[in-house]
Amino acid sequence: METITSKKTAKNNPEKLRISGAEAIIHCLLAEGVDLIYGYPGGAIMPVYDELYKFQDRLTHILTRHEQGATHAAQGYARVSGRVGVAIATSGPGATNLVTGLADAQIDSTPIVCITGQVPRHLLGSDAFQETDIIGISTPVTKWNYQVTKAEEIPDIIAKAFYIARSGRPGPVLIDITKNAQFDELDFHYEACKGVRSYQPVAKVSEEDLDAAAALINQAKKPYIVYGQGVILGKAEEELKQLVEKAGIPAAWTILGLSAMNTDHPLNVGMVGMHGNYGPNVLTNECDVLIAIGMRFDDRVTGSLDTYAKQAKIIHMEIDPAEVNKNVKADIALLGDAKETLSRLLPRIKKNSHEAWRNEFKLKYEEEFREVIEKDLHPTKEGLTMGEVVEEINLATKNKAVIVTDVGQHQMVACRYAKFDQTKSNITSGGLGTMGFALPAAIGAKMGAMEREVVAIIGDGGYQMTIQELATIYQNKLAIKIVVLNNDHLGMVRQWQELFFESRYASTVMTNPDFVKIAEGYHLRANRVSERKDLKKAVREMIASKEPYFLEVKVEKEDNVFPMIPSGASVSDIRLK
Amino acid sequence: MEKKWFTISVYSENNVGLLNRISGIFLKRHINIEGLNVSKSEIEHVSKFTIVVFTTEDWTRKIVAQIEKQIEVIKAFYHTDEEIIYQESALFKIASHLLFDERQIQNIIKESNSQIVTVSREFFVLAKTGRRHEIDEMHDQLEPYGILQFVRSGRIAVTKASMPITAMLNAYENQE
Repeated sequence: METITSKKTAKNNPEKLRISGAEAIIHCLLAEGVDLIYGYPGGAIMPVYDELYKFQDRLTHILTRHEQGATHAAQGYARVSGRVGVAIATSGPGATNLVTGLADAQIDSTPIVCITGQVPRHLLGSDAFQETDIIGISTPVTKWNYQVTKAEEIPDIIAKAFYIARSGRPGPVLIDITKNAQFDELDFHYEACKGVRSYQPVAKVSEEDLDAAAALINQAKKPYIVYGQGVILGKAEEELKQLVEKAGIPAAWTILGLSAMNTDHPLNVGMVGMHGNYGPNVLTNECDVLIAIGMRFDDRVTGSLDTYAKQAKIIHMEIDPAEVNKNVKADIALLGDAKETLSRLLPRIKKNSHEAWRNEFKLKYEEEFREVIEKDLHPTKEGLTMGEVVEEINLATKNKAVIVTDVGQHQMVACRYAKFDQTKSNITSGGLGTMGFALPAAIGAKMGAMEREVVAIIGDGGYQMTIQELATIYQNKLAIKIVVLNNDHLGMVRQWQELFFESRYASTVMTNPDFVKIAEGYHLRANRVSERKDLKKAVREMIASKEPYFLEVKVEKEDNVFPMIPSGASVSDIRLK
Repeated sequence: MEKKWFTISVYSENNVGLLNRISGIFLKRHINIEGLNVSKSEIEHVSKFTIVVFTTEDWTRKIVAQIEKQIEVIKAFYHTDEEIIYQESALFKIASHLLFDERQIQNIIKESNSQIVTVSREFFVLAKTGRRHEIDEMHDQLEPYGILQFVRSGRIAVTKASMPITAMLNAYENQE
């Protein structure tokens, strides 16, 4: 079947190699330029591990301490490097432990390829030891999946897997390979996949649609850009900046769009969404043209759709046709790759400055600063705030770090206050909201950009979901800086309980272990701060460390994150307190 | 928005996992599949799914977009009943003695334009092809006499407008 559905490159490797399926998998990975994979061994994947042993000089395998960690590490690597992340696992529980990472990569459009071992073909369907239907289980959370039962299928299927994972709207692919297909031999020949006939990854934007979009933007009095991760995935950061500067349009980020544009840029006005900035949310309902670039109008961004930007004309630039008119009806949909769409749109755009309109964002910011930001970043109360820790990290890293966050209050605070001067620097679980994401994702982020400072900011809840990856960090001497903002609560849920459930703190109070001792148990340098006077020095010392470093910061136990759009409310009804 | 009958036609590569992928799209949105038929299509190696739903056009459009997003799906369309020619088939298994004991059954066979597929000493089988309501009427007429077994197929449909699948596949081949 593959011969009729997949396009091949010119034959550049005519000589045939008679090798096992397991060795073929390694050759496929090498041919795709993979030099690093994450995983965990087990019975049904052992032939592949045996080959990994032989190829360890060319292909580094990082043993995580849980398969979920392998998927998040592959995600972190992919998000920082722009390359496809790879994770492998055995059948049964090894495979099911990948599901959270697959779902996270699916909703956050992260290109990863997961390879799982499977029981031999003759045992399929017999409830054999460690047999699970991972194809059935992973179908809703993968862009594509396939079960290989014959060795000779391996080259074409892996080529297709990488092509599908990285093209169009990227996403996770799972390839399940039965053990007999790993042992059996094949005549190996690899050709990279150049296309699949039933799959059109990128549409072409028409000249007419670009003209119409440009006309709307050029006539707009209050144009407003909201940009998402599509800008980063499409490598369109420079084109976005040019559009913003040429037309003088204020631009706001979604959580996954953050770092696509320098956070200090005067036209980069803040974050949209539930805990985003005041102006960017409120003014969504005052703009006349809303230009959405590479974002999908998630409910955490829009709040109530009935009251979202109803006054505005909507221009939606998007690569995935299924996202257009899904949540918000577009007046003009520009279906295609963000870089190409923006570069073709730019010559049609007239210079403008929109001073008065920009000033509205400035005024709203000043209001938010007085009510929220000043208290977060420069608190006068006794307890430490999460915001001041993030600010201290900004200062110590000069806005140059990769910041990896988990899920919850610390994540919202970091995405509001962390500063970035380069792209692909904000790594977080946006769509799925996966607690436990940050620590393993930081491993991948560090290995995807070894020269960069990587700071993982994690809450005390999520940290304990994947805490075992400290061993992976130690074993591989990865100089990751881990900051746990400890409020002894599941803070975001506690905040909702306080605001919407009359402070009934059901199962959100945490009696925590001694995190410093635990880090030291994993042979990491570790420190704890509970007073403001010690914070700066502790953060500086951590950043200066050439080794992995753990810092626990005891923050105020019952702080809330504001502003906040209550669930289901309008962006106009954002609360400052 | 008003709920209506829509017929979704999906042209796809013939892949074992695709039915699971497509049915999951309906499951996730709590939309019932009222009819499902999978067969070969007019193009070699291309399968055709015919799926019938009763829902709003907005949901139908979104579902079709999600179906089309699946890698092995070449193209998906949706149509209202007015835009297609459609049929269903049904089989009725009935005790043979009724043919002689109940004269009305012969009239039902004649008037319904159904065919006798097989006759044995114990039973005979009627096949009826037509619209859902025609099959339902025949079922209601036969029911008082006793139906041993009844089965109705999913809808199959062709569109009044042309389907550009071959042109799409040719365009892909010509990109090379």
